[in-house]
Amino acid sequence: MKVELEADKCVASGQCVVAAMEVFDQDDDGIAVLLAERPGAEHLDSVREAVAVCPAAAIRLVEK
Amino acid sequence: MAHPLAGAVPEAPDAVPEFPMPRAARCPFDPPPELKELQERGPLTKVRLWDGSEPWLVTRYAEQRALLGDPRVSADTDTPGYPTKASPGGGEGKLSFIMMDDPEHARLRRMVTAPFAIKKVEALRPTVQRIADDLIDELLAGPRPVDLVEAFALPIPSLVICELLGVPYADHDFFQDNTKTMVHRDATPEQRGAASREVAGYLSRLLSERLARPQGDLLSGIAGRITAGEIDHRQATEMALLLLIAGHETTANMIALGTLALLRNPGQLALLRDTGDPKLVASAVEELLRYLHITHLGRRRAVTEDIEIGGQVLRAGEGVIMVNEIANRDPAVFPDPDRLDLTRDARRHVAFGFGVHQCLGQPLARMELQVVYGTLYRRIPTLKLACAPEDVRFKHDAFIYGVHELPVSW
Repeated sequence: MKVELEADKCVASGQCVVAAMEVFDQDDDGIAVLLAERPGAEHLDSVREAVAVCPAAAIRLVEK
Repeated sequence: MAHPLAGAVPEAPDAVPEFPMPRAARCPFDPPPELKELQERGPLTKVRLWDGSEPWLVTRYAEQRALLGDPRVSADTDTPGYPTKASPGGGEGKLSFIMMDDPEHARLRRMVTAPFAIKKVEALRPTVQRIADDLIDELLAGPRPVDLVEAFALPIPSLVICELLGVPYADHDFFQDNTKTMVHRDATPEQRGAASREVAGYLSRLLSERLARPQGDLLSGIAGRITAGEIDHRQATEMALLLLIAGHETTANMIALGTLALLRNPGQLALLRDTGDPKLVASAVEELLRYLHITHLGRRRAVTEDIEIGGQVLRAGEGVIMVNEIANRDPAVFPDPDRLDLTRDARRHVAFGFGVHQCLGQPLARMELQVVYGTLYRRIPTLKLACAPEDVRFKHDAFIYGVHELPVSW
């Protein structure tokens, strides 16, 4: 899978970090940062949760 | 897929229902029965407000999320059609960026996002734990019964906000006294207004001090924006006041109302009391956020361009009200929605709203509630209500729902 993040849409809710700590982090201003663009399949559920809870629709999951 | 409520109730009612609606006297934790009926009829319906205006009420989860995330709705109270909350004479000032639209909203919001990043909030956890433990020590050493609202639920967020903003310890009593008056049931509007001005004046002076001598706190960060010419002193004070107001009464009511809900569901309370598992505590916080309904008057917006949704067309200039509590009881998303179940996965609730205005302080709120729910019942395992359940007074008329007082003993 491939994860896409549009950081300019991010509203710094931190929800993606709570959902998938191995895949997302935040910069000094709380804006989301992608740690792994192609995380392993074991992270699929948590990335899906991050996509679902992101209030700004800034995360997309491209499943292959 | 059809909504589970599709076809449950025949056609819409004849008259436009009035909003807000009364709760059933015996069900203070459930949405008003009329609201649930409207949800069964369809995702959107017109309601009538105190001023005779007829905005849309959105009753289902999917449509609420879609609209809260839609740039064609405005959070600006000056946009034509915005459904006003206040009754005549009630007053409703603009409160910094939560009542603005992008791009100005985003510009101002990003100035204060840093301290709410997950890692920075986690770094505050030991401080919040100490605040909670100290207050519980005082409770245990004090007389019984005690009002949990006054002795515990209100001081927790007030002291946490002091830490966050950088209010010096010597000023904590002044800060707590005035923030308490700002939300106190017996305070007159004049007293509340005076307390708000006291706090605003205090924050303004503290900002001036941080301008001269910056420290590592949130107020110094805001002061830095003044220095950089990005905002003026008045905007900075408004922002600090917003952070205080947004995090104070909301969190306090979650603590008191949540405790009452748990006392009425002893099996669920026992789960929290007997666990050392932070995951269960975190899950319990999400479920209580879903189940309780602090912002019961709804998130409000005005439509700026026609929007087709849920079989209706919302016209530019019309108002929209999203009552999150009814979305959080949508059976399409949360099976058996009226049951409090701390073990369910409730993370997709909209208690903090949705879209670009979703609560900025939610990581802090979550952490505070995790500390409180994970500590209070463990340290006072025999905690019980010290009045008849029917004597608890609920804040049906307040902006933020909760209980006026919660007499407890142990």
